[in-house]
Amino acid sequence: MREVAIIGVGMNQWGELWDKSLRDVYVESALEAIKDAGVDTVDGMYVGAMAPGLFVGQEHLGSLLADYLGIKNLPCARVESACASGGVAIKSAFLEIASGHSDIVIAGGVEKMTDCSGDDATYALATAADQEYEVFHGATFPGLYAMMARRHMHEFGTTQEQLAHVAVKNHKNGAKNPKAQYPFEVTLDGVMNSVMIADPLHILDCSPITDGAACVVMADLETAKRICKKPIVKVLGFGHATDAIALHSRKSLTQLDATIVAAERAYKMTGKKPEDIDFAEVHDCFTIAEIIVIEDLGFFEKGKGGTGAESGETYIGGRIPINPSGGLKSKGHPVGATGVAQAIEVTTQLRGDSGDRQIEGAKVGLAQNMGGSGGSAVVHIMEVL
Amino acid sequence: MFPARTWREYPQRYRLEAVKCTKDNTVYFPPRLVRPGTLETDCFEPYTLPDEGTIYTFTVIEVPPNQFKDEAPYVVAIIELVDGTKITCQVADCDPKKLEIGQKVKMEFRRIQTHEEHGVLSYGYKAVPAIKGVTTV
Repeated sequence: MREVAIIGVGMNQWGELWDKSLRDVYVESALEAIKDAGVDTVDGMYVGAMAPGLFVGQEHLGSLLADYLGIKNLPCARVESACASGGVAIKSAFLEIASGHSDIVIAGGVEKMTDCSGDDATYALATAADQEYEVFHGATFPGLYAMMARRHMHEFGTTQEQLAHVAVKNHKNGAKNPKAQYPFEVTLDGVMNSVMIADPLHILDCSPITDGAACVVMADLETAKRICKKPIVKVLGFGHATDAIALHSRKSLTQLDATIVAAERAYKMTGKKPEDIDFAEVHDCFTIAEIIVIEDLGFFEKGKGGTGAESGETYIGGRIPINPSGGLKSKGHPVGATGVAQAIEVTTQLRGDSGDRQIEGAKVGLAQNMGGSGGSAVVHIMEVL
Repeated sequence: MFPARTWREYPQRYRLEAVKCTKDNTVYFPPRLVRPGTLETDCFEPYTLPDEGTIYTFTVIEVPPNQFKDEAPYVVAIIELVDGTKITCQVADCDPKKLEIGQKVKMEFRRIQTHEEHGVLSYGYKAVPAIKGVTTV
């Protein structure tokens, strides 16, 4: 297999983009990535999107977006794994390049979530859970993560304050990210006194509904060395795994097996260990998700994830900074785009281009993207040359 | 929900019909076609879930999906039945503030959804606290 690098990144300003269509949001990001890479064409494209058919009534995104990007007959298809769609797009592009089939491929992601009512968006998101045996009974996404949170509290003594610390930390980082949807800080009291969504999760424990897109241009290492003017960020490898969709079909609610297995596979493929990772972008769709995931990636002992933000260890400057971008929590969560945006943050940090939120001396970064209530996960490990 | 889709689930929703693996006695609810990890298919026998269990975890849904608009706040829980099988359902007839992990519940036949595009009321199982007077409102 050939070695693969990310040579260009592009991401539009995320938020409630009522004046922009799905196609324009995506094309803006793709153009920015192409310009950043300094290429004039690409050989293929993968688009991660969770539910464009439900959010905007549009399927067949691969052809639509290739057309509006203006690259005639480009081989392009949408890939879907709920909120892990973006991560799967990157994996797909990685394999297409590594195999030697293509030299330069765009991995993108997009979701336009405010072109429908809040009820319709809630319905669309819930399709990532088990329709017949969870959603039928009234479970919502915050509800599923709330049940994990309560179990984590019960088994390990994790507290409401520790959940809130995750939101405080991610908003502190996101306040320094000009592309974040909610670039402002929140206080511990503010999080804990915000309106309850699904006990014990308050609204400020939840990631928002967002319009946004993100794209990376990837290339084989030889091509990257030839054309890339910025530091080259190698994608060392990935891990990808699935698990039962329904929480009740899993042995434990305080670990996410898809993430554990994806991480094991990524560590094996790259020869890296958790202690080799300088920082990570992880899938904090809810505060409890970050706590469980940083345990499952091997950064914290099982049950101790709650101490990460509380003790300062996961802050920029701490032992293992988590979500320097602001995470899904502050940056926003256009579900199909999230996995790609994580790779963009890792690339930008490794290039040393992260401005006020730069992690000093970062050489190796990890991105963990997760679908649904953890029924799928993709982990990428990246290193700057 | 389109009528055939809810009709097809009646055996599970109305009667808690599951299957048990004849090789290792693992219970699967809902029934599935393949024994996990083996690709074997001819190793299941009919099995009915017990109707008693305990609360494994729960939440109180304050912001409901459209079809449950009139019912919020309501409790959604994962129940661990006495045979170890876990299922997701609502807990009815309870004071959410007094619920606890480990509390005993009994499964009952209840109406689940009333707001149906196709005019079909949906019924199924909900849990209720097993000891009356302790947590009943």
